[in-house]
Amino acid sequence: MPALLPIDVLLIAACAWLALGFAGLAAPRNLFFISKILFPLGAAVGVLCGLTSLRFLGESAQVAVLAIGLPDLPFHLRLDNLTAVFVLLLGFASAGISVFAAGYFRKGEGAAPGLMCLQYHLFLASMLLVLLADDAYAFMVAWECMALSSFFLVTTDHRHAEIRRAGYLYLLIAHIGAISILLSFGVMTAGSGDYSFAGMRAQALSPFWASAAFLLALAGFGAKAGLLPVHVWLPEAHPAAPSPVSAMMSGVMLKTAIYGLLRVSFDLLGTPLWWWGVVAMSIGLATAVFGVLYSTVQSDMKRLLAYSSIENIGLLAVALGLTLIFHAYRMEALAALAMTALLYHCLAHAGFKSLLFLCTGSVLHATRERSLGKLGGLIHRMPWVAWLALAGVIASAGLPPLSGFVSEWLLLQAFLFSPGLPHPWLNMVVPVAAAVVALVAALAGFAMVKFYGIIFLGQMREEALKDAHDAGPWEKAGLVWLAGLTLALGVLPSAVIGYIDAATRQLLGAGLADKVREHGWWMLAPISPERASYEPLIFLATIAAAVLLGRQLVHRLYHGRLRRSAAWDCGYVFQGPRAQDTAEGFSQPIRRIFEPMFRMERHFPTIRDERPYYSVKVEDHLWHWLYLPLARLANGVSALITRLQGGRIAIYLLYSFLTLIVLLLVARP
Amino acid sequence: MSAAIPLSAQLINLFASVILLLAFAMLAQRRVLPLINLFALQGLTLCLSTLVVAFTTGQAHLYGSAALTLVLKAILLPWILHRLVRKLQVKADVEGLINIPATMIAGIVLVMIAFNVALPISQLSSAISRGTLGIALASVMLAFLMMIIRTKAIPQVVGFLAMENGLFLAATSATYGMPMVVELGIALDVLVGVIILGVFFFQIRDQFDSLDIRHLEKLKER
Repeated sequence: MPALLPIDVLLIAACAWLALGFAGLAAPRNLFFISKILFPLGAAVGVLCGLTSLRFLGESAQVAVLAIGLPDLPFHLRLDNLTAVFVLLLGFASAGISVFAAGYFRKGEGAAPGLMCLQYHLFLASMLLVLLADDAYAFMVAWECMALSSFFLVTTDHRHAEIRRAGYLYLLIAHIGAISILLSFGVMTAGSGDYSFAGMRAQALSPFWASAAFLLALAGFGAKAGLLPVHVWLPEAHPAAPSPVSAMMSGVMLKTAIYGLLRVSFDLLGTPLWWWGVVAMSIGLATAVFGVLYSTVQSDMKRLLAYSSIENIGLLAVALGLTLIFHAYRMEALAALAMTALLYHCLAHAGFKSLLFLCTGSVLHATRERSLGKLGGLIHRMPWVAWLALAGVIASAGLPPLSGFVSEWLLLQAFLFSPGLPHPWLNMVVPVAAAVVALVAALAGFAMVKFYGIIFLGQMREEALKDAHDAGPWEKAGLVWLAGLTLALGVLPSAVIGYIDAATRQLLGAGLADKVREHGWWMLAPISPERASYEPLIFLATIAAAVLLGRQLVHRLYHGRLRRSAAWDCGYVFQGPRAQDTAEGFSQPIRRIFEPMFRMERHFPTIRDERPYYSVKVEDHLWHWLYLPLARLANGVSALITRLQGGRIAIYLLYSFLTLIVLLLVARP
Repeated sequence: MSAAIPLSAQLINLFASVILLLAFAMLAQRRVLPLINLFALQGLTLCLSTLVVAFTTGQAHLYGSAALTLVLKAILLPWILHRLVRKLQVKADVEGLINIPATMIAGIVLVMIAFNVALPISQLSSAISRGTLGIALASVMLAFLMMIIRTKAIPQVVGFLAMENGLFLAATSATYGMPMVVELGIALDVLVGVIILGVFFFQIRDQFDSLDIRHLEKLKER
């Protein structure tokens, strides 16, 4: 028997996910069977996918043709290194999320567990198929399956009107995006009628049509990823969905859009034009700044993370833009550096954002509270979740020694070379973008301090929080797995780059791995050690040593002399949990500094108010400037058309009669 | 008329003009029962015209069409309609949206348009009955006009059926009839249509205490 090729293993994995989903339908109310057997099996399949792509990375592409679909239109599949990197992401991230989900779903919450199981595994299988597809037809089928299954997952709790609204918005934007992607594929076939990706690669498009295809793809995949201005579904859908689903959507699904962008702009379209990069970078910067600013002012923990996802997608688009610019000017080594940063950030974000969303899920289950203003001090009640969330928070804030730092550092390294661009104003403007990226990273740190500090530190803001319990064993296992991935990505950058380099090499013809390997596995020096290098283990060791040493010293020197007493209260009579900084108060400086960026409705109490209250509501400008006018326009046009429909049969008959006569007269030979 | 036109063609033209005349009569008829009778008469004329075409050209299947027309349009449908009128106790008078003289003027304009449109088509055709194409088109249009201006449900259905008569005439005159399968299909459609509409009549009357379709305007979604 011949050995199974990796692509066959992945196909079997997709089938296994489908089978697990349908097995859930067999006993839709049996929570134990579904959550303790099917979901862990799904996680095992995820690990299998991850290991398979790890084994595959660096090999040459494999193809397969599935004889399903329409007659004469089979599914073409292809596993190459780019696909493998994203399958790696999908497999390992989904493993953690599935294990967590095994402990997450409870009786009587939302839809029947069997239905959730079907939708969830269908979602996984369709994402895998999106990554493997090698023709536009298979891609679109899988893409739509992904959108629909995630729509049903988002609207699990469809009894709330707010959640139905979020789901509708998501579906609407997903459809507009899908149309745009379809049009992009249509342009890329150049009228040849060959919808396979191989056919598209063979087409030599004129710059005009290539640009049209790129812009359509950017719009379509941007709608899925949450780029400005089609980001509005993201902060609505993520809080509406159950936490494992938010984690899956934010951590993995958004990356399929990035995958699509990479596939189109580097693989299918051939050589890019330099200004594509400028477009992608500008949109990315706007998205990143927008996302991070809005994430700092949120008071709902899942919404905060959703905006933080928008910020990260913005950073990925910036990295994509930078890669396109370097690639267009044939500076392949630097393009490879930016591309590595991009892929690395995809992996890192999948790890830490899934981790954080799952932590919010545990908090939600323990406290039934999503609003930051009613949480606090949970580190005492939920130490596991709190310490694991700390890993996610540090990575998300881009601090060493965890994963977020590596990718952002690589991206900034790439930016440092942009003054060498052979273009009179690009080499001046692009470095400014680096400053914006640095600002975004700093503000992301702020948002994460707020997230962590308000949920886990300080005193409990509500009495009910005293009953909070830590996560169960399955949930802990999922969190530990993802935190482990985050740590591994942070500490072993050279090894990880060794793996993802195959994808960079495939797309750009150049890679970083050789240079990185020269300096050994403990040091990351993408260009040369003289210029910049990063030794994560030294960071880790230093931090660990400092913490342990400090602890020891304190114990030695103050042992036995420690006493607890009331803190000095500055002369205030009352000092309870209410005296702590609130979520709104914490971000007030940001609201003040970036005031024009927000649309705020504030109410301040006055001295005459019988019931004084303070409220602030922050809304999105774009919603009022772009979406509401569009909705009004659509309503107006349909009202005009309704006027034709008067309800009188005679008038309806007259329409056809007049049409008939006019046609007869026009068609008269 | 010159002697070059054979007797059969003259007969066909005669029947066709009778059909047109009946179409005008139906347009002008205010009462329901005479309207149905006129419709039956139109069906009978159509049957005779088809018989002449069948006899002249030797197209055997046209005899079948003629028989079908006789049974369905001259006997069965008028009978069903009579029954409906009796059961529904429809009042005698039929109001139109516009008055009769104006309707007649509109009808004349339509006939002119129909002849004008049909002229080039009938020149292409080699059929013996090609001259009647204009008349067929005109009777389709007149029937359509009747559907538009009548406000009661039954005259509208009669208009719908008369339109089918006109189509049938067009088919026989231009191409010696449609294939038998198509004709049978259409005949069945018409029959089923009338039966379903009959059911609707009862429903409409129960709902609005009247068969005036202007009440249906209330059904529109606001």
